[in-house]
Amino acid sequence: MGRVVVDVMPKPEILDPQGKAVAGALPRLGFNGFVSVRQGKRFELEVEGEVTPEVLENARKAAETVLSNPVIEDVVSVKDASGEVA
Amino acid sequence: MSPIASARIGVITFPGTLDDRDAARAVRLAGAEAVSLWHADADLHGVDAVVLPGGFSYGDYLRAGAISRFAPVMEKVVDAAAGGMPVLGICNGFQVLTEAHLLPGSMIKNDHRSFICREQTLVVENTATAWTGDYTQGQEIIIPLKNQDGQYVADERTLDELEGEGRVAFRYQGWNPNGSRRNIAGITNERGNVVGLMPHPEHAVEAGFGVDNGTDLRGGIDGLGFFTSVLSSLVNA
Repeated sequence: MGRVVVDVMPKPEILDPQGKAVAGALPRLGFNGFVSVRQGKRFELEVEGEVTPEVLENARKAAETVLSNPVIEDVVSVKDASGEVA
Repeated sequence: MSPIASARIGVITFPGTLDDRDAARAVRLAGAEAVSLWHADADLHGVDAVVLPGGFSYGDYLRAGAISRFAPVMEKVVDAAAGGMPVLGICNGFQVLTEAHLLPGSMIKNDHRSFICREQTLVVENTATAWTGDYTQGQEIIIPLKNQDGQYVADERTLDELEGEGRVAFRYQGWNPNGSRRNIAGITNERGNVVGLMPHPEHAVEAGFGVDNGTDLRGGIDGLGFFTSVLSSLVNA
């Protein structure tokens, strides 16, 4: 099985309330030194067989049309992650 | 039968929609027939207008409204909207309309990061839409607001365009409850037939079950105007 990983992040200029909440919680738990946190999304798309250039292209299209909303988010990477341990 | 009484207004139910019954009730109180539409419907059952009610369609998975936007019925809504049919998106329905690109911008989590539920004052800034004709320009109305992802965002160019073209239909008055850009509570498309807003007009349509209007704790029915407005616009169309 091949696997494509898509990473989506909130646009830098968009306030990320979730990241802000996490950033606020860290020092309360003793994790100091992290000055900001942004929270994004990781999608793992599995395919039968290998991740071909067509599969990657298809994943890229899915990332742009469904997995992200270009008004508020950026697709930061679409990559073949078949070799990585799940 | 008058043309108003014969108007049929569809109310779409997606899996996870919460306010479809209230929206249908508002339609009936305004004097029209409410037609239930299901997200998987392949057509709009010949309705004259459509309401996308609030709730958490598909659990807000992925993004609020993101999955509903691909429901079969939405294809028909997009086509009908292009043909001029009045479409109203309330709360989650507004989110669906932005995801479907019928309205610009998007909604993210409230800036204060909490769910909020309150009776909210809005200013009606555009009375030329299909859903606002029964209000007066600058009228203040009070209707409930309840959301988690209610912060309206768009890039500066889009916001300037909306303002320049008078497409900010409603603005929060007194206090911005979710951090929305430029206090925007609701917007319209260029043609004025598609309107979306975060607050809930359908919850303030019947005396005794409305909002606090200063003299009566449950007497405020400022939301009814949305549903009577669309009937007038259908008659005049």
